[in-house]
Amino acid sequence: MIPEIGHFALILALGVALVQTILPLVGAARGIPSWMAVARPAARAQCVFLLIAFMALTYAFIANDFSVLYVASNSNSAMPWYYRVTAVWGAHEGSLLLWVLILSAWMVAVTFFSRSLPQDFVARVLGVMGFISIGFLLFMLLTSNPFQRLLPAAAEGRELNPLLQDLGLIIHPPMLYMGYVGLSVAFSFAIAALLGGKLDSAWARWSRPWTTVAWIFLTFGVMLGSWWAYYELGWGGWWFWDPVENASFMPWLVATALIHSLAVTEKRGGFKSWTVLLAIMAFSLSLLGTFLVRSGVLTSVHAFATDPERGLFILIFLVLVVGLSLALYAWRAQRVGLGGDFELVSRESMLLGNNVLLMVAAASVLLGTLYPLIVDALGLGKISVGPPYFNAVFIPLMVPLIFLMGIGPVARWKQASIPDLVTRLRWALLVSVVTALLLPVLLGTWTIMISLGFFMAFWIILSSLKNLWDVAGRNGLSGLAQGLLNIPRGYYGMFFAHLGVALFALGVCISGGYSLEKEQRMEPSESVELAGYEFRFDGVQDVAGPNYQAKEGVVVVSKAGKELLTMRPQKRVYLVQKNPTTEADIDAGLFRHLYVALGEPVGNEAWSLRVYYKPFVQWIWMGPLVMMLGGFIAATDRRYRLATRQVPDQGAAAVARG
Amino acid sequence: MTPRRRRLMIVLLILLAVGVAAALTLNAFRGNLVFFYGPSQLAGVEKVHERNLRLGGLVEQGSVKREDDGLTVHFNVTDNVTTVPVTYKGILPDLFREGQGVVAQGRLNAGGEFMAEEVLAKHDENYMPPEVAAALKQASEAGGKTPQFTGTLMMQGGSNK
Repeated sequence: MIPEIGHFALILALGVALVQTILPLVGAARGIPSWMAVARPAARAQCVFLLIAFMALTYAFIANDFSVLYVASNSNSAMPWYYRVTAVWGAHEGSLLLWVLILSAWMVAVTFFSRSLPQDFVARVLGVMGFISIGFLLFMLLTSNPFQRLLPAAAEGRELNPLLQDLGLIIHPPMLYMGYVGLSVAFSFAIAALLGGKLDSAWARWSRPWTTVAWIFLTFGVMLGSWWAYYELGWGGWWFWDPVENASFMPWLVATALIHSLAVTEKRGGFKSWTVLLAIMAFSLSLLGTFLVRSGVLTSVHAFATDPERGLFILIFLVLVVGLSLALYAWRAQRVGLGGDFELVSRESMLLGNNVLLMVAAASVLLGTLYPLIVDALGLGKISVGPPYFNAVFIPLMVPLIFLMGIGPVARWKQASIPDLVTRLRWALLVSVVTALLLPVLLGTWTIMISLGFFMAFWIILSSLKNLWDVAGRNGLSGLAQGLLNIPRGYYGMFFAHLGVALFALGVCISGGYSLEKEQRMEPSESVELAGYEFRFDGVQDVAGPNYQAKEGVVVVSKAGKELLTMRPQKRVYLVQKNPTTEADIDAGLFRHLYVALGEPVGNEAWSLRVYYKPFVQWIWMGPLVMMLGGFIAATDRRYRLATRQVPDQGAAAVARG
Repeated sequence: MTPRRRRLMIVLLILLAVGVAAALTLNAFRGNLVFFYGPSQLAGVEKVHERNLRLGGLVEQGSVKREDDGLTVHFNVTDNVTTVPVTYKGILPDLFREGQGVVAQGRLNAGGEFMAEEVLAKHDENYMPPEVAAALKQASEAGGKTPQFTGTLMMQGGSNK
């Protein structure tokens, strides 16, 4: 009964979404206030229905209702309750439901935080978001219904993929979806501006906090995915250039470009049509990412063949959204205008450089991800593109990007002078170059890549600090505290976001350059030495989990004869799916990780083991956290709240001034 | 400079940057494509010993042998028509099993032995990498005759995902 309620709620949500799309959009075009006024209540009602549907599915999982096909395929009564709850979004159908639910949550957020926006604008934004919702709801109801019954009911479920039974995976998809879907707000703002034909710096000021918040979630989602791959896959790597990872990375790159381009649009009224195009592309890539990952297109092109309906629907919807918005863009962009003029050397031109580099990076990832799919779908040949490709392309793109990161914030808007930039930054440049050359020598290994990494990190840190001093320290040390207090939050947002990139670069560079690893056969009480740590293998014991059996290795770590800790890496076999998984044990410190993973039994109670020493690897995930902090500070800048409140008064203010 | 010339300069600079980037990208792209073959298809590959490639098929039953160091493993990859010996040093993925599908990346040495640098097995017991399935099917259709070279697609899929 409850699954049927959920199914019914989905259908009702679709009905409301239709109303939410048609009435406000037509109302805005024709200027009918009562039709436009439907947008807000409709968005809220839709959210209520989707919440009911989501709770119904969650209930089916908690109650082990194996008469629901989706539950039977992805859950099992032996699984702990929290994994049963998170199994709701463990596969295709449920994650679509989560996606739409989050979309509607963003819509409700728009209804609350848009009180001061013009009515026709809000109506258009919510109408466009409703349209996206229609697409997803239709897709679910027609091809991927999570509430489909299984008759007769299964006695027991097939269990969630063991790799997904993990705390990191509980929050990874929702965070990623918050980011993906959050970009739909920026997208809808852009489409609404195109439809209305009015795009000014007020528009950019409305869009910025939404885009930044979406970007924060997206950053978090990508970071969690990387962290999960690091500890769960047992290979010690943190990024594999796997298509699934790329699918989340491409929207991130474009969203980052969008954040920067929005800054120009708000401050200088420039890059207008480019900003709109970026907003369209960022969300289109989010859509592509969602579909690539969850529809099974990626693991195998043949998934299209096994369920041609699904593949066809996806293609049609993607073409419809992307095609319609690009067509609208081509038709209306001229009206929006290009925006202000600027010199060859100016902050605008540097931000343009940032955008070009980020877009090229996104395009090269897209090429590497989609090319094998397209080639195979057309039957033209058979290839794969591996990490060497992405590394070869990415590093040359990131170097100029990071160099610009140091100069851009220092350069003046409209026109900057090169001699002035040189004067301001020469010490930062000199110190970072010298440190980058000397530090690796001190650390014992010098390669050009390590030096390059150090240079990028120090360059960002030093140029950011110099810039901060220029802004806050005008009155010398005595006035510094006051100067720091006077700086707007937006500036600090940038400062921390860039600092996060530097920390990330340090993590990548040091862990990449100075990690040590050993793969080795070990008998009980045998030891291996790595980076001054001694790892003694004390054999393997049996451990039982709620729904798995595990072999647990006991590894005692000591340094200079003193025992530090005992690490317990596991090899689990889950009861239903029988798939073995490796659970590495990691001793995570700020400056180094010790990482031990069990390989396989190689006879005579001996096992093969993987032992890693990874300095600064933690910073790879700390960097993004600092970036997110920057985003948070920027999004809470007072001027966004003031700006939205002031908008309706603009007319009055003009009158008062006149 | 007039605004018009300035715009032109900016556009030219962007085009130049994008052009360089595109050249870099395509060059890296060409250099890093890895082709996939089934055991029977290896015979038809030109300059097979000079290429980095992927070999996919079934791990032959009873063929897995481990050297005393506990890490070097020998096994045969077969499509039930042709069999290729593979050597790999390192820890095998969790799902590596005799009789199951596997994909190995590496080079074929002069002695006809495949020296793998990476071994992939997918995380699903019932899952047969589609390209392995296709290679098996093709080999059985060819009925033992030397099959034509068609190189089969390998989807890039992280080391263990």
